[in-house]
Amino acid sequence: MTDSAPDGGTAVATKSSIFDGVPEEPGSAKPDSILTVDNLRRSFGGLVAVDVDHLEIQRGVITALIGPNGAGKTTFFNLLTTFDRPDSGTVLFDGEEVTGTPPHKLANKGMVRTFQLTKALSKLTTIENMKLGAGHQRGESIWRGLIPPLWKSQEAEIEARAEALLERFQLAHMRDEFAGTMSGGQRKLLEMARALMTDPKVVMLDEPMAGVNPALTQSLLGHVKSLRDEGISVVFVEHDMDVVRDISDWVVVMAEGQVIAEGPHSSIGSNQRVIDAYLGTHHDSALDFTEDLLGGE
Amino acid sequence: MMFALDMGRVMQETMTQAFGPQAVVFAMAAIGLNIHFGYTGLLNFGHIGFLAAGAYGTAIAITSWSINPLLSIGVGIIFALILALMLGVPTLRLRADYLAIVTIAAAEILRLLARSTALRGVTRGAEGLNEWAGGFQNANPFTGIFEFGPFRYLPMQMAIVVFGWLAVIIVSILVWLLMRSPWGRVLKAIREDEDAARALGKNAYWFKMQALMLGGAVAGFAGFIQAVDKATVQPDTFVPPITFFFWTALILGGAARVFSPVVGAILFWFIIVFSESFLSELVADGTIPDSILASTEVSNVRFLIMGILLMTLMVFRPQGIFGDREEMALDDR
Repeated sequence: MTDSAPDGGTAVATKSSIFDGVPEEPGSAKPDSILTVDNLRRSFGGLVAVDVDHLEIQRGVITALIGPNGAGKTTFFNLLTTFDRPDSGTVLFDGEEVTGTPPHKLANKGMVRTFQLTKALSKLTTIENMKLGAGHQRGESIWRGLIPPLWKSQEAEIEARAEALLERFQLAHMRDEFAGTMSGGQRKLLEMARALMTDPKVVMLDEPMAGVNPALTQSLLGHVKSLRDEGISVVFVEHDMDVVRDISDWVVVMAEGQVIAEGPHSSIGSNQRVIDAYLGTHHDSALDFTEDLLGGE
Repeated sequence: MMFALDMGRVMQETMTQAFGPQAVVFAMAAIGLNIHFGYTGLLNFGHIGFLAAGAYGTAIAITSWSINPLLSIGVGIIFALILALMLGVPTLRLRADYLAIVTIAAAEILRLLARSTALRGVTRGAEGLNEWAGGFQNANPFTGIFEFGPFRYLPMQMAIVVFGWLAVIIVSILVWLLMRSPWGRVLKAIREDEDAARALGKNAYWFKMQALMLGGAVAGFAGFIQAVDKATVQPDTFVPPITFFFWTALILGGAARVFSPVVGAILFWFIIVFSESFLSELVADGTIPDSILASTEVSNVRFLIMGILLMTLMVFRPQGIFGDREEMALDDR
């Protein structure tokens, strides 16, 4: 058990009261939904990759999106972040319809995403990577860019903010190194720190722990929890059940493009539809997370 | 027998051309290509089209619309900007390779249009536009032939050498300023990973469009310089191989460095003219017998030499003269 995680029950307990009275069923209404999905459908040829009738994602908590391979998680994720367009249906972000909004506009509205295959910008230094994340930069206009006095003061503010974040993510020593020289885990940290430079309301993490060594996993988990403690909503796709159990306040399970179950991680494992989705329909024992049945993709 | 060679003449020809009007044109064109490819990662294989737009824009403004020569330069640049827009709108939303395909085709379409009979009234077909450069020649402050050290220029060439290199330096400084601004940072981010830039709130499409237009405008200016140097605009000077000579100059210097296109352009002409001049001498005085290399074949061999040198460079110094090998190697991880 290299991935053994400490009992995350205490951290979760502080937020679980939000979900008191929320029915543990697909599409249940949440007290304060930051992302609301209605009749979202996306097909590739004859294959319906995503077909979600209704889903609400609660503000200020960590929501995990899980499901067996081919469940449509990544496609759903791309639809939520508008990197892909749905055939039909709507996504409301903070009460505003964002379906069809270009991804860069969504980032400026406060939704930022990371990628399954980390996108550290190799030939930019760590600090340049970070500064790129800041929104509404005066020097990003071609004309003003020519005249440094017009953007230098803002650049200094951005740099200070970037340095503070690098410190927090233990990357300060890499400040002036090319991001391409970083290890896989450091790149994940950089991507998360860079996402925070956009000042987001929602952070969408696509398999944040994929390819990260166990020692760094704990540190990354701590950072994800600290996002929630700052009031940022977190949605993440993950395969590792230890991770899901450790940090998620709420779990959404997808299978064959649909949301088949919702609830806290403690009850998801014994949900018959989830067991059927992961193990096939002719199985009758409860799913045991500790045996890591669902992990190890 | 080697001592019979007139090395003085070889060096004069070489140095004169390495810093001459054609090197100015190449430096300016390569700066534009550096903005496209070096900083933004746009694969532009039709760069000569922007020069054609700039050259024809200038000449047409004078011949057809009788515009003041100084303002005609602006028309040339506007032609290049329009070309950039026309290329960018359909292709910049697509993968990088589409721009490469469209640019190479567009440059040829432009050349064939210019030499077509349909546009004869404006472009004068294959014969090209002549007798429009008088305004520039009259404004030339230089008279007589200029000789200093190994350099030797005619008055008009001298004007292009002086004002052209000055313009190259000014444009280089502007590029340097831009590339260290947040604007330049976004371009480099797009070059590395467009989706990452979009996820961080950058309108990748618009930034790529701006880069395409800026590089196109610089290349349009290069086209104007070439037109004034030759005092004529002919469609068949804008053939596809020239685009790849610009690429050669850029890669010699090393992409994504401010002065690499300038040094690359000088080096390109140094190598081309030196090989031709030196080989001609050797053939002429019989050191190389006619059976091995005839004097008429020398001009082809110079490109062969350039190719070998470029390959050698790619093996031993793939980052170019100015590039950083470690930075280059980051791709391989």
